[in-house]
Amino acid sequence: MGEAAGTYKKVRLIDATGMQRIFARMARELVETVGGAETFALVGIRTRGVPLAQRLALEVERADGTRPPVGLLDITLYRDDLSTVASSPVLKRTEISFPVEAKTIVLCDDVLFTGRTVRAAIDAILDFGRPRRILLAVLVDRGRRELPIEAQFVGKRVSTSATEIVSVTFRETDGHDDVWLLDREAARPVRKRKAAPKGDGPRKGAPARRAAGPEASPAPRRKAAAGAPRRKAPRSGPKRRS
Amino acid sequence: MTRRPDAPSEPLASFAKKDLVDIGSLTRPEIQLVLDTAESMREINQRTIKKVPTLRGKLVANLFFEASTRTRFSFEIAERRLSADSISFSAAGSSVSKGETLLDTARNLMAMKPDAIVIRHQASGAPHFLARNLPCAVVNAGDGTHAHPTQALLDAFTMRRAKGRLEGLRVAICGDVLHSRVARSNVELLTKVGAEVTLAGPRTLLPVAVERTGARVVTRIEDAVDGADVVMMLRVQKERGGGLGFPNDREYFELFGLTPERRRLAKKDAIVMHPGPMNRGVEIDSSVADGPDSVILDQVEAGVAVRMAVLYLLIGASGDE
Repeated sequence: MGEAAGTYKKVRLIDATGMQRIFARMARELVETVGGAETFALVGIRTRGVPLAQRLALEVERADGTRPPVGLLDITLYRDDLSTVASSPVLKRTEISFPVEAKTIVLCDDVLFTGRTVRAAIDAILDFGRPRRILLAVLVDRGRRELPIEAQFVGKRVSTSATEIVSVTFRETDGHDDVWLLDREAARPVRKRKAAPKGDGPRKGAPARRAAGPEASPAPRRKAAAGAPRRKAPRSGPKRRS
Repeated sequence: MTRRPDAPSEPLASFAKKDLVDIGSLTRPEIQLVLDTAESMREINQRTIKKVPTLRGKLVANLFFEASTRTRFSFEIAERRLSADSISFSAAGSSVSKGETLLDTARNLMAMKPDAIVIRHQASGAPHFLARNLPCAVVNAGDGTHAHPTQALLDAFTMRRAKGRLEGLRVAICGDVLHSRVARSNVELLTKVGAEVTLAGPRTLLPVAVERTGARVVTRIEDAVDGADVVMMLRVQKERGGGLGFPNDREYFELFGLTPERRRLAKKDAIVMHPGPMNRGVEIDSSVADGPDSVILDQVEAGVAVRMAVLYLLIGASGDE
């Protein structure tokens, strides 16, 4: 099968240069709003919030001269849908090596969708102490919130349908920077479905998932649609988080 | 991302087990998954607020038919840190003392719908019996002289943290091997992950056909400790008749006790382990037990993280196929 079973690429939302531009802009906004790098810390939500946090830290250093500390957060243990998945998801390490007390914590994630991941992340951060405030930075805000959560720093806003998927890849985790809007094959308008060439065809330039080797980076994370059946997660393959 | 020194060649996506009753039923990748998960749990135990909401609304019943301090506390702490509700019961003061059978006790408990049962029992095989007969997860917290899987996992976790790997480690396990479920589970786990295990003890305290475990067997502790990376001492289990295997404590200590002199036979950076409770002056000298190479208290700390990992993997998700 292709890039992700049952999906096709619809439109590229951001390319590599665009991403770089966005990181620089977001970093400037961060410094303007929050102050110097010594007053805040970035916390990346596993998996693809982590490279976002690292890139933002780099750009902040470029703009302000100091690099803010970066923490990594795995929110699995705080998920609200654990009792609906078939087997316990594999945990990754949480590493927050600085005191969060009285600091401004900027949570970073690749895609803001239902808001449930961010809710879990806020709960997790509060278990480390009482930050002065918690802000949110995301590369793509795709709307369709299920909780009253907003991002203060947004790379790009897109409105999406329930069947669409925003696929973000980073150099660090997937080999290249890219953001695509995907859709499910089932949702494809019938009239467009003419003689789809076999093989790569419309998926040219598809991010090479499972780039070979056992240590290959995890599959690009997709924010699956809210209406999609989320129960009984697959044994392997892309992890669906809401 | 972070690469662990002995990352499995094929990372597991999930842990598809209903119970944890022995090490034999775990594959090597499953063992790695438990140890890796325990690393994440260990981080929680170092926070200011040492609690996560993961097992909210789940009920764990701890059935302790045999005395235990460490294991029981450790399970109870693990359950609380994961926000599970737990009830604990010990044989004394329960219906067991009125003659109820194990299965009846367990069936009655099942009517209260626990998600997991943690059981310690003096009869080898009791946890297997429950696992076969009950729909909930069953965790063996030590059965007779058979198995103590969470102890072996926490020992492996402690070794991996101290040494950075398990494969190729030279591990000496010395003392009352005959009565030790800890030794049995440890040999099984360590040989599975590629460590070299040597068992040592007086012939009277070595089980029949002990060589079949895959471990090297010697009757002089010096031969086991020589060149070892890890020296694990076992308690002489007097309550199971371990004291009958030798004339007296003093002679046992003379011949099999871990003294500073014997410790020096092991590698310079070797670690000293003991599953507890220790008989100081019988199997281990106090200066070694409290010495700089001793990781005995690290083992206790690891116990909570490993048991959190086991509970999370077994009942964290719904388990519905």
